[in-house]
Amino acid sequence: MNRRMIVNTVGKMILAEGFFLILPTVVSLIYRESCLFAFALTAVIALGLGGLMIGLSKPRTPVIYAKEGFFIVSASWILFSLLGALPFKISGEIPSYIDAVFETVSGFTTTGASILTNVEALSKGLLFWRSFTHWIGGMGILVFVMAVIPNISERSIHILRAEVPGPTVGKLVPRIKDTAKILYLIYIVMTMVQIVLLLLGGMSAFDSILYAFGTAGTGGFGIKADSLGSYSPYLQWVIAVFMLLFGINFNVYYLILIRRFKAAVKSEELWTYLGIVAASVLGIAFAIFPQYKNLSDTLRHSVFQVSSIITTTGFATADFNLWPAFAKGILLVLMFVGGCAGSTAGGIKVSRVVLMIKQIRREIQKMLHPRSFKSLRFEGRPVEEQTLTGVNTYLGIYLICFAAIFLIISLEPFGLESNFSAVTACFNNIGPGFGAVGPAAGFSEYSDLSKIVLSIAMLLGRLEIFPLIIFFSPTSWLRK
Amino acid sequence: MKIIVTGCGKIGTALIESLVSEGHDVVAIDNSPQVLKDITNLYDVISACGNGTDWDLLLEVGTQNADLFVAVTGSDELNMLSCFLAKRMGAKHTVARIRNPEHNDGSLDFLRKQLEISLVINPERMVARELYNMLKLPSAARVETFSGRGLEMVELKLKSDSPLDGMKLMDLRKKYPYKFLICMVQRKNQVYIPDGTFQLNSGDKIGLIATPVEVTKLLRSLGILKKQARDVMILGASNTAYYLARMLLAGGNSVKIVDKNEARCKGFSEELPEAVMIHGDGAQQELLLEEGLSNVDAFVALTGLDEQNILVSYFAESNQVPKVISKVNRDEFIPMAESLGLDSVVSPKQTVANILVRYARALGNSLDSSVETLYKLADGKAEALEFTVHTDAPVCNIPLKDLPLKPNTLIAGITRGRKSIIPAGNDEIRGEDKVLILTSGNRIRNLSDILRNKQ
Repeated sequence: MNRRMIVNTVGKMILAEGFFLILPTVVSLIYRESCLFAFALTAVIALGLGGLMIGLSKPRTPVIYAKEGFFIVSASWILFSLLGALPFKISGEIPSYIDAVFETVSGFTTTGASILTNVEALSKGLLFWRSFTHWIGGMGILVFVMAVIPNISERSIHILRAEVPGPTVGKLVPRIKDTAKILYLIYIVMTMVQIVLLLLGGMSAFDSILYAFGTAGTGGFGIKADSLGSYSPYLQWVIAVFMLLFGINFNVYYLILIRRFKAAVKSEELWTYLGIVAASVLGIAFAIFPQYKNLSDTLRHSVFQVSSIITTTGFATADFNLWPAFAKGILLVLMFVGGCAGSTAGGIKVSRVVLMIKQIRREIQKMLHPRSFKSLRFEGRPVEEQTLTGVNTYLGIYLICFAAIFLIISLEPFGLESNFSAVTACFNNIGPGFGAVGPAAGFSEYSDLSKIVLSIAMLLGRLEIFPLIIFFSPTSWLRK
Repeated sequence: MKIIVTGCGKIGTALIESLVSEGHDVVAIDNSPQVLKDITNLYDVISACGNGTDWDLLLEVGTQNADLFVAVTGSDELNMLSCFLAKRMGAKHTVARIRNPEHNDGSLDFLRKQLEISLVINPERMVARELYNMLKLPSAARVETFSGRGLEMVELKLKSDSPLDGMKLMDLRKKYPYKFLICMVQRKNQVYIPDGTFQLNSGDKIGLIATPVEVTKLLRSLGILKKQARDVMILGASNTAYYLARMLLAGGNSVKIVDKNEARCKGFSEELPEAVMIHGDGAQQELLLEEGLSNVDAFVALTGLDEQNILVSYFAESNQVPKVISKVNRDEFIPMAESLGLDSVVSPKQTVANILVRYARALGNSLDSSVETLYKLADGKAEALEFTVHTDAPVCNIPLKDLPLKPNTLIAGITRGRKSIIPAGNDEIRGEDKVLILTSGNRIRNLSDILRNKQ
């Protein structure tokens, strides 16, 4: 295993984090807040540590394989979170380091679950950093570094495959660096458009930027106690639409960019995604109409909540904990489905769901006609059997991990609905769940052990399990 | 540049590797998803599964915007057709591998023009030509020619009893007053572009540049001039063997070819009546000895199996055959062959990859000069390039000793009209000259790249 290359690359990542930290430092400078010191110190630590790792670990060869890719991704994300939690701890605004790490992991994994009981008391610098972690983690910290830093590795496809979610990962253009740049360009432009639209709706500049960050990464950190409940309907609609947009596979946007509109529109995953959204909106609208009694509110809350949950963002315009069970049931299913592959959303991903259903239909056909042979097609192309095996295995390990984490969390005294939805909300990177962890509450009441386990759950969900399992498996560390 | 390569076999993969390292955007097309998966794991390219003649596939990968389309699948016809389609779709230049001897006679030019193919590669014929050159000058491990045939670069291995062992380069000039330049020395795995103070050791592989006449004189006075190969034995009746035999026979040499396939022997004897065909298994040492292995001037192993080529060559070498050359396809085997004492090894992949990289470079750049020839030397660690100088190039009309060159770069030769010059400090480069540059570790795209500070 090319350990030097791993340390060197992770060092570059930490260095990048140091640079990222400059932004919240500037923000706290503008608002003259005491957390300025915390940010500056953390930035210095990150730059120093990163520089040290790069300097001390000069790789003899840049060649890496899939294993190094997994290690680089896991190590980067863990270190990023541990370092990123320091500003919270040092400034004293989140006194417990475990709480701070939970919040930071929730930020980078774009979960949006919070241990804060009083969000509005947080200083602006820290609020900015919280939402900024969403933005960085959404498109990927490694994707960013690959776009920016030269010579990561000619085999960086292994890093890309380990970080970008979805059953298969491909490039947009021949060079990884260019693919990463294009992805980030689309991402940045969409974020800015949303900021402008929010500003036009009367939202303050600070709020617009933070909510755009949270939407782009489909994260969900709010800066008000009732999430988005108190903002105007126009603003809620803008965010609802943009959440949906960020849940779409970025390949579609690239196709639009190069004017291959027909190919973009023909995406099977896109239509399934929109279909699920439409059906869910209708179902929920029926269920909650008696509660709101007028069409525009019902529709707005329904659309908002559906797009928030399916893209695993986690913003809320209403306390959906109080909705009828059928509406909550739809939301629960959406929590597992997730957004499209190749987007910033979490969950199992629509493409896996589609492939699973196609496989089931094929199996049924095989039971009726044992000798029949059917090769599956997806997105206009034949699907390799290996991809299908990958989907099935992923679902299997997903369930096993979910069960294990759920058992540990069940030690908490909050009842089945709360515990189960807590695990769901973290594992799928959504944020709020039901019951005690609903949108009006948070994770502050959970024990430290649960917070640590849930942090791991968030990372497992964002990185799609395998990189972390490989990283923590003892046999991977042997000299093989 | 945007380059599309269809057919990711041995040559396709070698091409992709070279082109990616040159910084081009490469799309790889092949029928096999497994092959493509391996390629995307190794090289920074994008892949598409399918056939190069599939119009939709070509559209999808953006052939209409391609600068270069290269078809190197196993089928000549497929290559020709996909190049034609690509050209029609809008690709700027196309390259097709056409290896079948039937296509390679007079009709080749006609086909090429009608299908608008920019460059035809016949790997076997290219390798045969390289082998022919090596046989003409057996003392050398490799021979490259520049400026038509005006300058030759000869790679030699200094054996342990060589008179050059321990000599400094500047002393060399005094002892052997011929016009030559030692432009490159490969020792262990390092490549040096030497200056006058460099000391040669036995075991070094040196690159020597001079006109063909001076080369012969120098080698003779060094006592290592072997006589040109007259009787040649070839193992394996492959396409390469066919072209090589034809060239040798045309030059008045005698050729004996051993192959174990009767049909091939029959086919060859019909096409090449002057060659002697032996139907038998070349791995049998008795057979080779019986057919006069000990008396031939040169032995060339051209079977399809690298292992067999290496082992039989080793046998020939130990039988004191003056010149033994083996064809080795797999790069991993080349150092192994060399450690067995076989220093003449030819890699068809490298031959073709070199030619294509040169072509791509020539297409990509032609600011104040154009690349005429390009050879990768010393396993790719050094390059010999030949440029035609435009009249207003910044390197013109300055005495060479005043030109600030990048480190590890050498101006090894100048061809002016018919004259070939081995340059000394006071020589100048003039417009319309052809300049031969040796460099290690620098990427030289234009002649001005050799200067330390580009203006």
